[in-house]
Amino acid sequence: MRVRATAAVLPVLLLAVSGCFAGSTATVGGDESTLAVGFTAEPQNFDFTTTDGSAIPQALLYNVYEGLVKLDARGEIVPLLAESWTVSEDRTVYDFRLRSGVEFSNGEPFTAEDVKFSIERVKTEWTISLKSKMDVVERVDVVGPQHARVVLGEPSNAWLFDMTSRVGAMFDPSGVADLATRPIGTGPYRVAERRRGDSIVLRQEPGYWGERPEYETVVLKYYQDATALNNALLSNGIDVISQITVPDSVPQFEADNRFNVLQGTTNGEVVLAYNNARPPLDDVRVRRALTLGVNREALLAAAWGGRGTLIGSMVPPTDPWYEDLSGYYPYDPGRARKLLAEAGNPELNLRLRIANLPYAMSAAQVVASDLGKIGVDVRIEPLDFPAVWLQQVFTDQDYDLSIVQHVEARDITTFGDPDYYWGYDEPRVRELLAEADSGTPDEQVVKMREVARTITEDAAANWLFLFPNIVVAKKEVTGLVRNQVSESFDLTNLGRAR
Amino acid sequence: MTLAIARRTAILLLSVLAASVVVFAFMAVLPGDPAQVALGVNATPELVERTRQEFGLDRPLLTQYLDWMGGVASGDFGTSYVTRETIGPQLLDRLGVTLWLVGSGMLVALLIAMPLGTIAAVRHRRPSGAAVSGFSQLGMAVPAFLAGIILVQAFAVQLGWLPSGGWTPPAHDPAAWLRGLVLPAVSLGLVQGAVLTRYVRTSVLDVMREDYLRTARAKGLRPYPALLRHGLRNAAVPVVTVLGLQLATLLVGAVVIERVFVLPGLGSMLLDAVAARDLLTVQSIVLVLVAGVLLVNFAVDLLYTVLDPRLRRS
Repeated sequence: MRVRATAAVLPVLLLAVSGCFAGSTATVGGDESTLAVGFTAEPQNFDFTTTDGSAIPQALLYNVYEGLVKLDARGEIVPLLAESWTVSEDRTVYDFRLRSGVEFSNGEPFTAEDVKFSIERVKTEWTISLKSKMDVVERVDVVGPQHARVVLGEPSNAWLFDMTSRVGAMFDPSGVADLATRPIGTGPYRVAERRRGDSIVLRQEPGYWGERPEYETVVLKYYQDATALNNALLSNGIDVISQITVPDSVPQFEADNRFNVLQGTTNGEVVLAYNNARPPLDDVRVRRALTLGVNREALLAAAWGGRGTLIGSMVPPTDPWYEDLSGYYPYDPGRARKLLAEAGNPELNLRLRIANLPYAMSAAQVVASDLGKIGVDVRIEPLDFPAVWLQQVFTDQDYDLSIVQHVEARDITTFGDPDYYWGYDEPRVRELLAEADSGTPDEQVVKMREVARTITEDAAANWLFLFPNIVVAKKEVTGLVRNQVSESFDLTNLGRAR
Repeated sequence: MTLAIARRTAILLLSVLAASVVVFAFMAVLPGDPAQVALGVNATPELVERTRQEFGLDRPLLTQYLDWMGGVASGDFGTSYVTRETIGPQLLDRLGVTLWLVGSGMLVALLIAMPLGTIAAVRHRRPSGAAVSGFSQLGMAVPAFLAGIILVQAFAVQLGWLPSGGWTPPAHDPAAWLRGLVLPAVSLGLVQGAVLTRYVRTSVLDVMREDYLRTARAKGLRPYPALLRHGLRNAAVPVVTVLGLQLATLLVGAVVIERVFVLPGLGSMLLDAVAARDLLTVQSIVLVLVAGVLLVNFAVDLLYTVLDPRLRRS
C-alpha cells in the first residue's frame, strides 16, 4: 500500500510545491483596447545605454522613450520633443525649441536641462559602442527652459539622423537610477508589467503630451521559435507578427483572408564579408571574381524564398543616396574563373565562418556551391551568434569569408574604418565619408553615392541581399509601417479599423 | 539504516560539489566574451575591458568560483550582469513553471501507462494486447517536440480549442492556466507514457505468474479484480524505480517542450542565458538541474531502503 501511495503522491507533491512559486503574468484581454504583438528577440533588460542589441530600442524607442526628433514611416527626420530647430550657417550649432507641457512618466517636467543631461550622459555613462555617435558634440547649452543649443565640434549630417535613434533618447536625471528594470521616458506608453521569457505589457500614459494612441494596452509577446510565433497568430493568441523570420511561412498568411501581409525593406544588408586585409582576398581581382561567381538572384530565391531586395552595395532603397547597383557584377562564372587565373589563384581554399542563423546557413550553402563551380573550395563553419562570431570573426578577424546581417542604419560608414572587420582601408572612401558628413544635405547625397559606388567597384564585400521586412497582422489592425527604417517598432500610429 | 542515509547524503553533497566544479570549468572555457556580447559590435577594447571588470570577469578563476559557490551555499545566486536582476528569484519563478510542466507530464504518463500497461499484460496473447504494445512502440519513437508540433497544428491552429502556447500562472487565472497546460503536458506525457506502458506491462506480466495470483484466481476471482486486489501493489515496485529515472528524462524533455510552447520555464531561461553568455545564470541553472536530478536519485535510493529490508543491512 505504501508503495502505491508514494507513486501517486510524487507528481501531486511536485504540483503542490511548484504552486508556491507561481508568479504573475500578462493575460491578453479580448477587448478592443488591447493589442498583442509578437516578436522573436526579447530584451534582456530595459537599459539600452549599457546593453546592445535591437530588442530593447525596438520595444521602447518612440513608445516609452522619445527624442527631440524621430524618423517617420518614409525615413524623414520630423519633430518630436523639439517643436522646431534651426541650424547655423557653418552647420555646427543646432537650436532646438522644445515642446512645453511635456512630462516624464515620473511626473518630472521635460526641459532643456534634460536635453543637456541626456546628451552629455551618452558620452559619460553609456557603454555600448553606439555612444561614439555623440562624440561630435562639443557642448550643450541651456539657453532657456524650452530652448536647448547643441554645439558640434564639426558639421555632421549624421548627428541629427542619429538623434532619431536610441542615442537621442531623453532621460530625466532622477529617473536613471534603475534603467535596467524601470525605464522612465516621455513617451505615450510606460512599462506596466514584465514577465521574463514571456511578455512585456505597455500601458498608456494618462498624462501624455501628444495625441493618445488608439490602444490602451499593448502586450509585446516574445517567441524564440518562429513556428510558435506563426502559430500564435493563426490561433488568435496575438494580433500582429512584427517581423516574419521564416519566409516559407508567408504564403499561408497570404492565402488566409483574416490577415494582411506587408512586405517592405529593412536596413539589414546580408553581407558576404571578404577579409580585405589578408591574402588572397586583399587582391581586388579575387574579390571581384568571388562577387561575379555568386548568383545572387538564385541565392535569394533559395535562401529566403525570393523575399528580399538585391542591392549591390551597402545602401538600402530607403536611404536618400540609394542607387541600384545590383547589376554591377552580373553572375558570370567564366569571367570569374579568368580573373582568378589572372590573379594567380586558379584554386583557392577559403573558410566561410558564418553566424549560425537561418539566413546565413542557407545563404552559405549557395555561396559554397556557386564558388565551387569556379574552383574555390569553401569550408562552411557556423559559429554561435553573437558570442563566438563576435569574438573570432569580428574582434580577432580570423576569417576569409563570413556571412552576417548588418542591421544598423547607414552602416556604410563602417567602410571608412580600417580597423573594422572588413579590413578595408581606402583613404578615398574615408575622405568622401568625411565630406559627406560635413557638407550640405545635397552634397551629402552626392558624396555618399560615390562612396557606395567605390566600395562596389572595389568589391569590398558581396552584398547578397537586403533583408525584407514582412509584417503580418489581422485585417482590423491599421497603421503598420511597410519599410522598417528606424530602430523602433512604432506603436503610436497603430489603429483599429471599424 | 541511519548510517546508510548519512552515507548517501554525503555522496549527494559531494556529487553536487563535483558538478559545480565541472559546470564552472565548462563555462570558463566556453568561447565568447560576455562583455563583448553586451556592448555590441563596435565596442572599443578599453570599453570591453572596463565592462569585464564591472562584471568581475577579470578576477582569477578560483576567486570567481569560490565567490559563486559561497553565495550559492547561502542561497544567493548573485546578480546577472545581463538582466541586472538577482538570479535566485528568477530561478524560483522559472522553476515553478518547469515543475508544473514535469508534474503534469508525469501525471499524463501515469494515466496512460497504468491502464494500458495492465490491459496489454492481461491480454498479451490477444490482438488487443498486441495492439497496445504496438502503440506504445510507436509512441516511444515519436519525440516530444514533434508530438507538440502536431498537437498545436491540430488543436490550436486548426480547431482553435486550446492556445498554441504561452503561460498564465494558476493564481492569475486558473482556467487559462489549465487550458495552456493541457497541450504541453500531453506532448510530454505521451512519450513518457508510452515508455512507462512497457514497464507496467512487464511487471504486471511477472506478477501474473506468481503463485498468490494463481491462488486468488483459483478462489474464483475474475482476472481484473484479482490483479487489482493482489497484483498491482506488487507490480508497482519496479514501476516506481523507472518513474524516478524518468523524471530526469522529463526535465530534459521539458526544455524542448518549453521552447515549442513558449513557456517561461527553466529550459527557456537556460537557452536565453547561453545565447547572451550570461555565465552566472547558466551556471546556476545547470547546478539547480543537476542537483534536482541527483536529489531524485537520492530519493529513489532512500525509497529502496524503505521498501526492501535487505538493503538496509548493507
